[in-house]
Amino acid sequence: MFSLKDKKLADEIISKIKKLNVNLKFMHVCGTHQDTLVKNGLDSLLKSCGVEIGQGPGCPVCVTTPREIEEMLILAKSGKIVTSFGDMINVPGEKNSLRNMKTEGCDVRTVYGIEDAVDIAKNNPGKEVVFMAVGFETTAPTTASVLLKNPPENFSILCCHRTIPEALKAIIEMGEIKIDGLIEPGHVSTIIGSKPYEFLSKDYKVPQVIAGFEPIDVLMGAWMLVQQIQNKKAFVQNEYSRAVHAEGNKKAQQAINTVFEPGDIKWRGFPVINGSSLNLKSKYEKYNARKSFEDELSEIADKEFFEPKGCRCGELLRGLITPFECPLFGQACTPETPVGPCMVSIEGSCNIEYRYKEK
Amino acid sequence: MCLAIPGKVVEIDQKNEHATVDYGDGTKRKANVSLVEVKKGDYVLVHAGFAIEVLNEKEAEETLNLFREMLSKEEN
Repeated sequence: MFSLKDKKLADEIISKIKKLNVNLKFMHVCGTHQDTLVKNGLDSLLKSCGVEIGQGPGCPVCVTTPREIEEMLILAKSGKIVTSFGDMINVPGEKNSLRNMKTEGCDVRTVYGIEDAVDIAKNNPGKEVVFMAVGFETTAPTTASVLLKNPPENFSILCCHRTIPEALKAIIEMGEIKIDGLIEPGHVSTIIGSKPYEFLSKDYKVPQVIAGFEPIDVLMGAWMLVQQIQNKKAFVQNEYSRAVHAEGNKKAQQAINTVFEPGDIKWRGFPVINGSSLNLKSKYEKYNARKSFEDELSEIADKEFFEPKGCRCGELLRGLITPFECPLFGQACTPETPVGPCMVSIEGSCNIEYRYKEK
Repeated sequence: MCLAIPGKVVEIDQKNEHATVDYGDGTKRKANVSLVEVKKGDYVLVHAGFAIEVLNEKEAEETLNLFREMLSKEEN
């Protein structure tokens, strides 16, 4: 019942956009939107109508920095049970990935969610269990919810949560790319609602539409943006009203606000983005792996990290290039032999292009 | 990562913390429902083992009509 299919309506949207003879560039920040666009050929279809939609920094695995990956590798090497979402363990660090560490005997476990990691801690009371907490506002409340329930003392998180509106502000302010409109991520928005995006329309006059993930949702999102532009308007519209309320999920927001406070953090491909991280409040510091294992992690405290040689994930995440403009794409860099995270994650644009177009 | 799958709540535990969610393809899985107000029969969006929002059935049924209406309104 939540699958929306109507080819006639899709054709109508496309023909209406085509008639307007526009030349627009939109950005979205969600791997699932990219999947819908590429899998259904909507990216080419919209491009033929003068609307180009590219993916920005909307893949939590992709924006996680080499430093954070290295921290996890150190924790794995020092004998802890390290747990993570599936994609993360395949992201190459400087010399290794978590998956390689596993083959070398480290205890690396893939989990479906943070509750699985807590269960591992409960079942292994003599071992330290660290969960790599990556993800945007969609995932942060799941971490918060678990920490509010007093998980065992041998459980901690390596906090890598980041927030979307601040990253959008950063990308607009950097001014490297023309952004005529933003398609906002539907599931981040179920949590935060529409208000946190409003300043972007007010301060930077950028039209925004919160969109769902069916092909018709994305087409409708693009059409709504085109309409705002035609009418010289810039505000936040909600196309995904079956899941997103203006005020968001207040219970989830409360969990986030109880456990975390905003901080500054670097994103892969970006400099430090102020206010874009969720840091553990002091009350929850005992679950902070960076604090608990400070000594072990001190070996990289002053180390400078670089992107893998030749990897253009940074530019891709800033929306400056498409995967096809990276010389490594489909050559040295494939899902089997990924060089950068955008080829690892199923939400990364290189992985998506490779899966649907390259094969 | 922000992938969330819709499913129907078929059972809720006594503590109101976890529910069994039926994804309609023969898959049933436990999900934490502490972030939402949910009752048996509701449809939820599940992300990383947690229900993150209750879907509005009425709104979903009306979505396509709403889109058609919006498109025809813009006809000018």
